[in-house]
Amino acid sequence: MSGHSTYKPSTGVEKWLEKRLPIVRLLHDTAVSYPTPRNLNYFWTFGGILTVMLVAQILTGVVLAMHYAADTRVAFASVEAIMRDVNWGWLLRYLHANGASMFFIAVYIHIFRGLYFGSYKEPRELLWILGVIIFLLMMATAFMGYVLPWGQMSFWGATVITNFFTAIPWIGEPIQTLLIGGFAVDNPTLNRFFSLHYLLPFMIVGVVILHIWALHVVGQNNPLGIDVKSEKDTVPFTPYATSKDAFAMVCFFLVYAWFVFYLPNFLGHPDNYIEANPLVTPAHIVPEWYFLPFYAILRAITFDIGPIDSKLGGVLAMFGSIAILAFLPWLDTSKVRSGNFRPLFKIFFWIFAVACVILGWLGSRPAEGGYVLAAQIATAYYFAYFLIILPLLGFIETPKPLPTSITESVLKKSHGGGGVPAGAAASPEKR
Amino acid sequence: MAQTQTSAEPTRRDFLLLATGAMGAVGIGAVAWPLIDQMNPDASTRALAAIEVDVSSIEAGQAITVQWRGKPVFIRNRTPEEIEAAKAVPLDELKDPIARNANIDGAAPATDENRSTEGNEALLVMVGVCTHLGCIPLGQQGDYGGWFCPCHGSHYDTSGRIRTGPAPENMYVPVYSFVSDTRLRIG
Repeated sequence: MSGHSTYKPSTGVEKWLEKRLPIVRLLHDTAVSYPTPRNLNYFWTFGGILTVMLVAQILTGVVLAMHYAADTRVAFASVEAIMRDVNWGWLLRYLHANGASMFFIAVYIHIFRGLYFGSYKEPRELLWILGVIIFLLMMATAFMGYVLPWGQMSFWGATVITNFFTAIPWIGEPIQTLLIGGFAVDNPTLNRFFSLHYLLPFMIVGVVILHIWALHVVGQNNPLGIDVKSEKDTVPFTPYATSKDAFAMVCFFLVYAWFVFYLPNFLGHPDNYIEANPLVTPAHIVPEWYFLPFYAILRAITFDIGPIDSKLGGVLAMFGSIAILAFLPWLDTSKVRSGNFRPLFKIFFWIFAVACVILGWLGSRPAEGGYVLAAQIATAYYFAYFLIILPLLGFIETPKPLPTSITESVLKKSHGGGGVPAGAAASPEKR
Repeated sequence: MAQTQTSAEPTRRDFLLLATGAMGAVGIGAVAWPLIDQMNPDASTRALAAIEVDVSSIEAGQAITVQWRGKPVFIRNRTPEEIEAAKAVPLDELKDPIARNANIDGAAPATDENRSTEGNEALLVMVGVCTHLGCIPLGQQGDYGGWFCPCHGSHYDTSGRIRTGPAPENMYVPVYSFVSDTRLRIG
C-alpha cells in the first residue's frame, strides 16, 4: 500500500527541508495520508497504545535513573528514597512499575488480535517475526528491570532465570557465570542488569521502527482479513485512525491511572519489599504476572524425555513456547486470514486463549499435585495448537465465503439492503 | 574484464585476500574478547577464600548454614535414624546415582557413605543450592525428611540426594576437610 506520496510542501521551511532531508514528507506519508482499511475495529488501536507506552516507559525510566544507584549495598535504599524523598518519586516509580504491566497487557491483546485475524499470514510474515523479536526484548527488559530494586523477588527471580542457562549441556555453566559475573547473583549482576535495562528499550525502539516500516510496506490487515482492493476500501490515517487511536489511548490510560493511583502494588509482590538475602529463598517464588504462563510451562516438564532431563526439557519447552511463534506463518496452512470465516479455527482459538489464561493462573500456584497435571495438559494443548491443529485445520476446514471487498461488507452491514444511509453523517467511514 | 577462464591454481591475489581476511578475523576477535570477558568473575570474586567453621555446637538433628563463595553451605548433624534412613535406600531408586562429592572420585555411586566422611558420618556438608534452578531448599522438610525446595517442588532425602521433583542432580558436596575434631575447613 505504499502508493505514491500525496505530500506537497507548502511553507518555505518545508520546501527548504524537502530538497535536503524530506523528513516532513516521511512523517506525512506515515501518519497523515497513509491509507488504512476502513473497517478497522478497536483491536487495531493497540499498536499506537504500545508506542505511547514505550515512550512513557523510557521517559519515566530515564528520570528514575537519575535517583537510582545500582550497588547491592544501596540499591534497595535508593528505591525507598525515590518513594519517600524524591519529589514526585512515588508517582514516577509507580508509573514505571505499573507501566510495565500495562505494556504487557497491551502487547498480549495486540498478539492475540494478530493470532485471531491471521495478521501473521503472507505477506506479513516478517512483520510478525519482528513483533516476536520485540516481545523477546520486552521480556528481557522487564526481567532485568524487576531485579533493580534488589528485593527478595528481584534476587531470587534473577537466580532462577540465570540458572536456566545451566540446563544447557557443557557450555551452560560457563555461560551462566559470564552472565552473572560470579558464582552467584551479586553486585556485578546488578550492575550489568542496570546497564542492559537502560540499553534494551532503545533497541526496542529500533525494532519498532522496522516493525512499522514493514507494516507500511504490506499494509494493515483488517477484521475481514481480505486485501484492500481499491482506494474506496481505505480512509486516510489522519484524521480517522489518529482520532480513533487517541480515544482508545485515553481509555487505556484511565485503566493505567486507576492502577497507579488506587492499586499501585496490586500487580507486584510484597516479598520484593524485603531486601535481597542470598541465604533465604522466599517460600514461594513467582515471577511478575506477565511471565506466569511461561513459568507454568517451565514447571510442567517434570519428567525426562529420552536423553533430555526434566530441567533442560522445562527450559526448552519454555523458550520453545515463544520461539514457536516465529514459525507460525508457516505452521498455519489455511489461506483465510480472519478467524471470523473459519468456524473450526474459532473453537480451537478460544480454547487456546483459555489455556493461556489457565497457564497464567497455574504459574502462580505452588508446583504440586493437581496443579502440575493441569499445567501439563494446558502445555500439551499450547504446543498441539501450533504443531498439530493449525497445520491440519487448513486441509480439513471449509471456510465460510469471503466478501468480495471491504467496502461491500461495510455497506451491507450498515444499511442492511438499501434505503437512506442515515448513519452516513455520523459514520463517514461508511459512505 | 571479460575473463572466462578460471585458473586452477590459486592466484597470488586469492592468497592475499584469504590472508588479509584471516588477519582481520583474528583482529576482530582480539578486540571483541575483552568486551566479552569483562563480564566474567573479576579478580576479587575469583580470589576464593576458604572458610573455617566450628561445628562443635551443632546438636544431633540440628543444621547450620554458612556462606561460602556467595552461596549457602548446609552443615547438618544427622540423627542415627536419619543416617539409617539414608543408608536403607537402594541405589536403583535414586534419580541421580552419582555421589556428587568433590572429595572423592567423580563417578562414585551415591551411597550415603560416599556423601559423608568416614568417621564423621553424622555430619553432612553440602552446597545448599537446589540443582534445579538455584533456590535454597528448606531443611528438615519434604517427603523424605531431608530438604524441600519451595520454588519448584524438589524433595531431597537425609543424604541430600534428589528423590522427586524437577532437580536433576544431588546437592553438591564441596571440598572440605576436618582441621580438628570440631573445626571444618571448606574450600
